Amino acid sequence: MKIRHSLTGNEAMAEAMRQINPDVVAAYPITPQTEIVQLFSNSVADGKVNTEFVTVESEHSAMSATIGASAAGARAMTATSANGLAYMWEVVYIAASMRLPIVMPVVNRALSGPINIHCDHSDTMGARDSGWIQIYSENSQEAYDNLIQAIRIAEHKDIQLPVMVCMDGFIISHGMEIIEAEDDETVRKFIGVRKPQYSLLNKDEPVTMGPLDLQDFYFEHKKQQAEAMKNSAQVILDVAKEWKEMTGRSYDMLDEYCMEDAEIAIVAIGSAAGTAKVAVDALRAKGVKAGLVKVRVFRPFPKEEIAKALAKTKAVAIMDRAESFADFGGPLFRDIRASLYEYDLRPKTVSYVYGLGGRDVTLDTINQVYADLERLVKGEQIPMLNHLGVRE
Amino acid sequence: MTTKKIIAPDAKWQEIPMAGIIPTAGTAKEFKTGDWRTRKPIHSEEKCINCLRCWVYCPDSSILVKDGKVTGIDYDHCKGCGICAKVCPDKVKAITMINQSEE
Ligand code: SF4
Ligand code: SF4
Repeated sequence: MKIRHSLTGNEAMAEAMRQINPDVVAAYPITPQTEIVQLFSNSVADGKVNTEFVTVESEHSAMSATIGASAAGARAMTATSANGLAYMWEVVYIAASMRLPIVMPVVNRALSGPINIHCDHSDTMGARDSGWIQIYSENSQEAYDNLIQAIRIAEHKDIQLPVMVCMDGFIISHGMEIIEAEDDETVRKFIGVRKPQYSLLNKDEPVTMGPLDLQDFYFEHKKQQAEAMKNSAQVILDVAKEWKEMTGRSYDMLDEYCMEDAEIAIVAIGSAAGTAKVAVDALRAKGVKAGLVKVRVFRPFPKEEIAKALAKTKAVAIMDRAESFADFGGPLFRDIRASLYEYDLRPKTVSYVYGLGGRDVTLDTINQVYADLERLVKGEQIPMLNHLGVRE
Repeated sequence: MTTKKIIAPDAKWQEIPMAGIIPTAGTAKEFKTGDWRTRKPIHSEEKCINCLRCWVYCPDSSILVKDGKVTGIDYDHCKGCGICAKVCPDKVKAITMINQSEE
């Protein structure tokens, strides 16, 4: 049975968590994520979930408690944003290297400083090499759907990696939308019960987790991690297929919008993709062959899918809501350019760092990018590296 | 109980438990760490009064005891820290430390 709700992104995540009913949730507040754990704590207080709710004194402790619970065999979750993610940095890597299937909503927010509480992707983009699977959501519906699917992906026996489910701070986390949710029983049947391969609480089969691992074996364990990340792409697709059969809502590694015959295209992550779709519709009405690729899964990186989607275009603008201070665009820009290197026929690529610290991305902003691409296709020179919408 | 399986030093990444997990208990026994030692305790059965202070204090459980009597030292695991010699009562001094190289 489907239930239609009007929910903010945070409410959608909290509702998904209530339905997931994790064994353990460790919680520490940080804007704009706070509402997720706060709303979830209502479910705990009202007896709607069986979760052991652990209030901790920092994000480092939140992730540490989640790791402990997950190692004990529990289905464990926490949620964070920006500086909270930065503060749990050390243990974020440990969760991945211990192969603990933790699922964590991250509400994207600019990293300090100067201090700012609004949306950009500098927090999770910084964690892109931490060994976590990263799934980004364009809106509340996707946040809800992604969070539930993430449980199955993380806990798959061949994967056993943690997953960050990301959503744009305020723009989505505090914006109300109509979403279609599934009923509790459907969700619980879909996610099933976690069956850990090893558990610290299993006294009949005692194990040691996280021991010292030196020159002779550390590298082999990293190879295992890399291999699990590689294999996760197929699992992400399989889980999405099952989710579609149940709900009718389909998901892929990336989302192609009007790309069949597109000559110019934008690649973006998160809520800006929604705005770009409106711009594409208007351009198409004028006869401009514009398209959009929205990246849903950033880790593992869908290198072949991206290259395939862009192969027939002439010029592509790659939008990063994160500056990585490399003087070479953002992380998405560089990963896409690297993916295209394999192909002889490849479009021109331009980098746009945009929306830092929550700077609004309007239709005009997006139209400006498509206009740049049209000029580039006509043979005009445009800079390769751009900061979109900055006053100059 | 799972049976203890020693992982060969040249095991491939596909052959070892994930994440460095040690899937059985008590494996430290198989890990011979005595070669770290630079000094070596020598126990004298004649002098020993079997008070078992050394057994209590040894941080590596390397004092071997049978039926309440010290029977020797487990050199596969003893690190040569000298604690046993230090705690052995002054009037007894049944353990003396020698340099490993003097052996
Ligand atoms: S030297 Fe140290 S490790 Fe060796 S037996 Fe004595 S107390 Fe134990
Ligand atoms: S402390 Fe000395 S006397 Fe006591 S048991 Fe050990 S070796 Fe013997």
